Amino acid sequence: MGTWTWFHKLSSPPHCYRIAGQLIPWFAIPAALLIVAGIYGGLVRAPADYQQGDAFRIIYVHAPAAWLSLMCYTVMAVAAAVGLVWRIKLAHALAAATAPIGASFALLCLATGSIWGKPMWGTWWTWDARLTSQLILLFLYLGYQALRSAYDDIGKADRASAVLAIVGVVNVPIIHFSVNWWNSLHQGSTVLRRGGPAMPASMLVPLILCFFGFTFLYAALACVRVRAEVLRRERNAHWLQDLAGRRGRTESAT
Amino acid sequence: MTPRRKRLWTLIAVLAGLGLTALFVSKAFEKNLNYFYPPSEVASGKAPSGTPIRVGGMVSKGSVVRAQGSLEVQFVITDFAKDVTVKYTGLLPDLFREGQGIIAHGELKDGIFMADEVLAKHDEKYMPPEIAKTLKRQPDGTPADGSAPAGAVTR
Amino acid sequence: MSAFFAMGGYAGYVWSSYGLAAAILIWNIWSALAAHQVARAAAQRALARSASTGPSAS
Repeated sequence: MGTWTWFHKLSSPPHCYRIAGQLIPWFAIPAALLIVAGIYGGLVRAPADYQQGDAFRIIYVHAPAAWLSLMCYTVMAVAAAVGLVWRIKLAHALAAATAPIGASFALLCLATGSIWGKPMWGTWWTWDARLTSQLILLFLYLGYQALRSAYDDIGKADRASAVLAIVGVVNVPIIHFSVNWWNSLHQGSTVLRRGGPAMPASMLVPLILCFFGFTFLYAALACVRVRAEVLRRERNAHWLQDLAGRRGRTESAT
Repeated sequence: MTPRRKRLWTLIAVLAGLGLTALFVSKAFEKNLNYFYPPSEVASGKAPSGTPIRVGGMVSKGSVVRAQGSLEVQFVITDFAKDVTVKYTGLLPDLFREGQGIIAHGELKDGIFMADEVLAKHDEKYMPPEIAKTLKRQPDGTPADGSAPAGAVTR
Repeated sequence: MSAFFAMGGYAGYVWSSYGLAAAILIWNIWSALAAHQVARAAAQRALARSASTGPSAS
């Protein structure tokens, strides 16, 4: 019963706004520490690879960006589905808040992959299954954003974009398993691999730190963006008056 | 059935339909989704002839022959079942070396694959140079864990 | 130290990747905060409007 009331409270906009605000430092501070430690480990402490030399260090930004682009899309699609089925505005707010974050990391993943591909594979770009499906992911994010901006009414934008988010989710397993299902230029997964990660601890630990750091960063960014989305959906609600500092109250809600 | 339940089942039905569609589409376009053919599929005639294709495999040890004074190079790629001889003129990627996986784009002419592009296929294994050296000291040249040599193109 | 920046000959590739990553991280932080500021200002304006026209809006 306790969790249910807590959940119910969270789904009320003023509570969500306040809780999201309170959570930001709990996500942002670990994110900063983990990313700094991971990047330091990856750039300075990890040894060069026996084949790729120092070019392999691009993995410390490329792989976490790839992970985040997939995770964000999954969060977005699940939130959109919850919003459609249970008519929860906050779920739509979370989906809308997640899309620009996911899009930016899909772009970072493609760009760093391209930069790595030129010296290692010998090409900036090629149409293999992994690269193509990841590019489709970026287009899905951009389509989602474009569809949202085509509506003036937030409720309509929520429902229309939710359908696109759900339809596009089939691409997520395709991206992940493309390197196993088909012959591809892109190599298989190093970390999530049968028989354990194909990397010694000196290289793997900074990578894991970056994975967690990026994930925490997503959580912190999502909190900030969810608050913005809640405000946009609650423009005239009376609880905002507390926020505006009326009735002599100071910014207790932030 | 409550409207909420109806929406939930609609969603499940839509997702199932999408999954099936994706499966069928990927089956129909399997040829295009595969980036390259391994040498055995070239040898067994599964790969189309007369049109440019990609073949991928491991560069056989000791097979690389460089022409003097030009960028012409000839080597054999293998999937440990069949071999294909590749001829190529141009710059090779940094990861090109014997024992590593590569993918060549070109056409088969009189049993020799005339490549116009050679890409290196990296495997998912990473290690520092010192460890790689220790592994090389194994008498048969295979890593101590008994797995396939680095760069082997597996399906 | 200069060996570190040279990245074994891959300096251009490695540092441009990390530069892009830094740019994306900073953009994310900036744009999230900006989105919140914009939404907040808009909400405050709407509140001021509804206060001047009477308390019926909510």
